[in-house]
Amino acid sequence: MEALLSRYRNLTVLLIVVVAQLLYLAYQVKTNRDERLIRVWAVTAVTPMAGIVEAIRHNTIGFLQDYFILLDVREQNRKLKSDNDRLRMENVYYRNELATAEHARALTLFQARTPSKTVAARVIGNSTVETAKAVFVDRGATSGIEKGMAVVTPDGVVGKVIAVYPLVSQVLLITDPTFKVGVESQKGHVHGVLDCGTGKCEVEQIQNEDKVSAGEWFFTSGEDRIFPKGFPVGTVVSSQPGQGMRDIKLNLSGAPGGVEEVLVVLQGVHQAIPSTPPENTESSMLPAPPAETGSDAAQAAKRETEADKVLQKYDEIGKQEGHVFGGVGSNLPNFNVKPEGPATQAATPAAGTSDANVVKTGSQAAVKTSPPSTSAPSSNPAPKPGPSSNPAPKPGPSSNPAPKPGPSSNPAPKPATAETRPPMNSGPVLPLGAPRHKAVPPIAQPQAQRPPAAPPRPADPQ
Amino acid sequence: MNETSDQILQRPLRESWFSRFQVAALAALTIVAVIGKFYLPRLIPNTEWLELPLLLTVYFGLMRHGPIASLLFGAFVGLAEDSLSPANLPIGMYGITKTLVGYFSASVSMRFNVENSFVRLVLSFFFFFFHAFFYWVMRRALLGQIVPFDPQETFVHGALNAVVALPLFAVLDRMRLSGSV
Repeated sequence: MEALLSRYRNLTVLLIVVVAQLLYLAYQVKTNRDERLIRVWAVTAVTPMAGIVEAIRHNTIGFLQDYFILLDVREQNRKLKSDNDRLRMENVYYRNELATAEHARALTLFQARTPSKTVAARVIGNSTVETAKAVFVDRGATSGIEKGMAVVTPDGVVGKVIAVYPLVSQVLLITDPTFKVGVESQKGHVHGVLDCGTGKCEVEQIQNEDKVSAGEWFFTSGEDRIFPKGFPVGTVVSSQPGQGMRDIKLNLSGAPGGVEEVLVVLQGVHQAIPSTPPENTESSMLPAPPAETGSDAAQAAKRETEADKVLQKYDEIGKQEGHVFGGVGSNLPNFNVKPEGPATQAATPAAGTSDANVVKTGSQAAVKTSPPSTSAPSSNPAPKPGPSSNPAPKPGPSSNPAPKPGPSSNPAPKPATAETRPPMNSGPVLPLGAPRHKAVPPIAQPQAQRPPAAPPRPADPQ
Repeated sequence: MNETSDQILQRPLRESWFSRFQVAALAALTIVAVIGKFYLPRLIPNTEWLELPLLLTVYFGLMRHGPIASLLFGAFVGLAEDSLSPANLPIGMYGITKTLVGYFSASVSMRFNVENSFVRLVLSFFFFFFHAFFYWVMRRALLGQIVPFDPQETFVHGALNAVVALPLFAVLDRMRLSGSV
């Protein structure tokens, strides 16, 4: 026996070590007990250093990189680049400050908005297992964190706390293969289970008969007893009937792998699934300006330069004389005649009248100062609905697009710029390309009683 | 004076100091490798594939020429890694895997010229693949956790680790941590 052991000494030691670890492992699995002592020692030994390194990296690495890079550049181009370098550094600094402030503001807003009690934490380290998606955050039991608490961001869910140490906690991300989240769709309130184990997030256990469409939001359902109900999870990328169950691919809104700051939910409060998609709290934007109608935009584009005006003048002459430009056999037009129509005025502007800065008050000024881009909605009465307020009827055979003078025949007004806006008490400003026949008396209607300027309406197809 | 005492007395002083230095250096390198795996992905994104503890185990096994020391070193590295693994994974998974890697790498080193760069490249790749596959099998068989195993991704990661292993082993050779001074 002794000879046998000495002969197979290596193999014997291997077996002893492996079997010992197997037994230890089996003991942990059977008792479902985490070997806290070893982990506490290891985590306590490692995380302070990681936290320090992370803080140093977070605070200084960007500054050092910029500083040394710019120092090299300054050595090469000291005279030319010194100002530029300083501005760059300031720019980077302020951008970082702005980004940090924006993120912090979003977190604060979210914290204030959500009824759940949360605590903010920063990610300081990853797990050592490549396939297991877990991170360490810099808040632990001293901050009131307990095992099993949900971890979220304003954008979506991140994971859950699986281990708590005095100063740090370990968070298992929802992208971990073993992690499932109970979710609920926004419109049909269809319940399913989110699984990101295969690398792509899918919502499982949804019948083919249930209606889930692409672009629909999924929220936490609260059934997993981890995440409170009502937190956004992501949007549906594709939803197709599968074998027995529906194949639903989900795009996570929280990006749990790349978060820097998270919120640990200390006391979760279930909320109703919102009827509208979650709004982005990071920045507020005004709505987009109303789109210009096609005719207005075309007119504005047409009358921008003198060459455009000359081109339009020739176009008018050609139309008057029945000449088809580029057509074979068409008679030659006489370009010396003055065309009838608004293009003539537009093409031969008086020296002072085309200047938008020479805007006078009163009806005279209103008539004389009708530059191509000075029709203001504030000085125009709102176009009446119906065909009469649509782009001008064609005056005669010349197919002139200009309307007849008069407020009711004005085309949709264009919004005026600050420089070209006429005074509020001026008379109706002629539309683009309108013929200057006679001065139109100003409308006696007081300013306060005027109806508000309606936004430009597209041309009525009828 | 017996034979052992003679050997101790005849051993040069420098070698004795160096062996103590080796142990300390190896322990420090192990800690650095484990912490590096813990922290490197935060510092340099997309470096989760880098298995510095495994490469250290393979190097130790290849150069030490002793299966027992290698498997014990592998067990130490693996258990250190396990202690920082997620709490839902019991301690010992990496320990068993790296124990086997240490033992097999030491066994292989007796049959091949492990100073050759190509041999090192191939063995590093092979042991990475073995390590990943065996870990997956254990997680599936012992813990019942259904986790995906992507052979293509493992292949690529193995190749990348093998490429990293060459300069790393060269640096470790210069530090003379192999024990074959």
